[in-house]
Amino acid sequence: MATRSDIAASPVKGGAAPGRAPGSRSADKDDKRRAKLSRRWQRDARWSPYAFVSPFFLLFAAFGLFPLIYTGWASLHQVELTAPTDMNWVGLKNYTRIFDDDFFWNAAQNTLTIGIISTVPQLMIAMGIAHILNYKLRASTFWRVAMLAPYATSIAAATLVFVLLFGRDYGMINWALGAVGIDPIGWQDDKWPGQIAVSTIIIWRWTGYNALIYLAAMQAIPQDLYESAALDGASRWRQFLHVTLPSLRPTILFTVVVSTIGASQVFGEPLLFDPNKGASGGAEHQFQTLGLYLYEQGWVNQHLGRASAIAWTMFAILIVIGLINQLISRRLRASS
Amino acid sequence: MRARTLPLTRQRSGGGQPFARKALAVAAVVSLGTGLLAGCADDGGDDSSGGSSSGEGKTTITLGLFGTMGFKEAGLYAEYEKLNPDIKIQENVVERNENYYPALVNHLTTNSGLMDVQAIEVANIAEVVNTQADKFTDMSKVEGVKKDGWLPWKWEQATTKDGQTIGLGTDVGPMAICYRKDLFEKAGLPSEREEVGKLWAGDWNKFIATGEKYKEAAGKDSFFMDSPGGLLNAVLSSEKEKFYDASGEVVYKTNPAVRAAFDLTAEAAEKGLVQSQTQFQPAWDTTIANSKFATVACPPWMLGYIKGKSKPEAAGKWDVAVAPKSGNWGGSFLGVPKSGKNVEEAQKLVAWLTAPEQQAKLFKVQGSFPSAPAAYTSPEVTGATNEMTGDAPIGQIFSEAAKQIPVQVIGPKDQIIQQGLTDNGVILVTKGKSAEEAWETATKTIDNNLDK
Repeated sequence: MATRSDIAASPVKGGAAPGRAPGSRSADKDDKRRAKLSRRWQRDARWSPYAFVSPFFLLFAAFGLFPLIYTGWASLHQVELTAPTDMNWVGLKNYTRIFDDDFFWNAAQNTLTIGIISTVPQLMIAMGIAHILNYKLRASTFWRVAMLAPYATSIAAATLVFVLLFGRDYGMINWALGAVGIDPIGWQDDKWPGQIAVSTIIIWRWTGYNALIYLAAMQAIPQDLYESAALDGASRWRQFLHVTLPSLRPTILFTVVVSTIGASQVFGEPLLFDPNKGASGGAEHQFQTLGLYLYEQGWVNQHLGRASAIAWTMFAILIVIGLINQLISRRLRASS
Repeated sequence: MRARTLPLTRQRSGGGQPFARKALAVAAVVSLGTGLLAGCADDGGDDSSGGSSSGEGKTTITLGLFGTMGFKEAGLYAEYEKLNPDIKIQENVVERNENYYPALVNHLTTNSGLMDVQAIEVANIAEVVNTQADKFTDMSKVEGVKKDGWLPWKWEQATTKDGQTIGLGTDVGPMAICYRKDLFEKAGLPSEREEVGKLWAGDWNKFIATGEKYKEAAGKDSFFMDSPGGLLNAVLSSEKEKFYDASGEVVYKTNPAVRAAFDLTAEAAEKGLVQSQTQFQPAWDTTIANSKFATVACPPWMLGYIKGKSKPEAAGKWDVAVAPKSGNWGGSFLGVPKSGKNVEEAQKLVAWLTAPEQQAKLFKVQGSFPSAPAAYTSPEVTGATNEMTGDAPIGQIFSEAAKQIPVQVIGPKDQIIQQGLTDNGVILVTKGKSAEEAWETATKTIDNNLDK
């Protein structure tokens, strides 16, 4: 019974109740008391930890598990926000209709493309920045803190500024493009400009965060690896390719996983990028992500049942992505 | 193994301690738990906090409002508190109705967290009447409230089929056309308000025709109208039936009036008469400031908005002409939920706030146009002028428009349908799509949004 470690911790003689001389009044009574104390102690040692960890689990049950299950239950019904207790059983209809729902697949595709346009450059830029920050620089702390500033900015504030920058008629970006003779681009109107603009906001916000993670990992790489590489005549670039990158492999994997999860939940940026069209993500839904579509169905159109089904479908998709990630990471680990 | 060392050291520190710690832990868990439960508990019995009576024996009435409704700004609360020394009024304002309304629905469906008085936007009133009427008190039974005190259609909008009135109207938005005198003159059009009104009297097609003349003369420098959404809204709001028929069926796709309004707006967009903008967005605001469009469909409250966004030198360059057909844009209601703590006092307050005299005062300060015809003869309304419009007699113009607004059938999902037609429809025409393609996109979006 290796798990009963508490038993091993039963009171040492003269430890738990010091000051009582042995053989006083009745040793029998004393023993009983000791036994009782010991039992209490055992219960305490055994159950207290559960009490200590329970707040998290209680909160999780109330605000995580219950909503999750309830959402699953609601997804099998036709429910409207105006009367949430009024549920009509429809079975799997909310799920089956997703297959023919052009808007869902459009949103899924947008989520994927925005995810790629934002994650890939973001991680590459972050790597470059981390590499530069890893050199000896003046005021290096300043640069490092500055990297994190976008991450500390609220999405809403940042997006509103970007909306102004990307404005078609009075935006600074079109003005700059106009200065070099390029016609104004309708950033909010067309598919690719819209998605690129939304991705820009995401890249701006998260690059510094990832750069700091890479930087931390780079600083853990032993210096002598670089020294010996230098002795072998490897250039800076070769050192980066053959020393830095392989050593960072687990970190890169971590950032890829985290960014993928983040990308699949993109919501605030596209929502605020065209505030008036709001959850429809542009006039032709050109940058409506899955998160946005879910929000639109649930809170704008008030169809809670449909929104719940979308939520669970997204959950399933995320699990698949997670499994693929795991598969790849296992392959990578095996190959290294 | 590390876990094992902890109890050992702890135990050596003294005999009584584990109990104290345990008690502490239990207390912590219990207090956390009860804290959580207390958050969910019904606080109906607790009168001491913000309830019916505070220390000095005053009753506090709470109002849930959205945007700037202006009661406070017009000094109405202070006046009421003076008249009723044992009443204290407290308002709770959410900036945008998009945020206010879902929260209101949530509170209504769970019957908790409601204020004594709740405001309802006209775009949502049909849905509230249809689905939440049982949560509201019948305002028609309140002393001093008379049905014929309000414009008939305004009263109808907040009344259920079996005659329960869930809210009293505060303001309405009779629509006129605000235009730039200077731009009209430059384009060789008449600029005097009577003549401008005659240019398009009675027919929106004439409005488009005027736009074409304007464009020929003004060229590319400015646009005849601000946005496709604004034009579509103006045309639709002058129809008796738009998205729902009298029996409550969704008919927006088959209603010829809706298609005609859509096509008219699309035509204006194709001809470049409307600027490709969405109203109330930063770029639209900038366009106003830069004096880039000649007309805007405007209810009285729009004058205030224009003033807020314009440069000072624009003052007096605007004027107000009669719209081709009268329509309504905007207006709210005040309802008293049954679950409130001071239902009777709240009803009295609402009846007072929406009485003609108070509506007239509100108009003077806030530009919210009265929904009580009795107010139209008051000096506050008849004498109203506006600096932006060169002291045009806006009170008279809008009173005239208010009387001609048709009784419009409004439905629970009007907002979703109109938003679809505008933001997923006519806006596309300004971006080079055909009217047919735009209609397809709009109807597909709307049908998906309406499908439960």
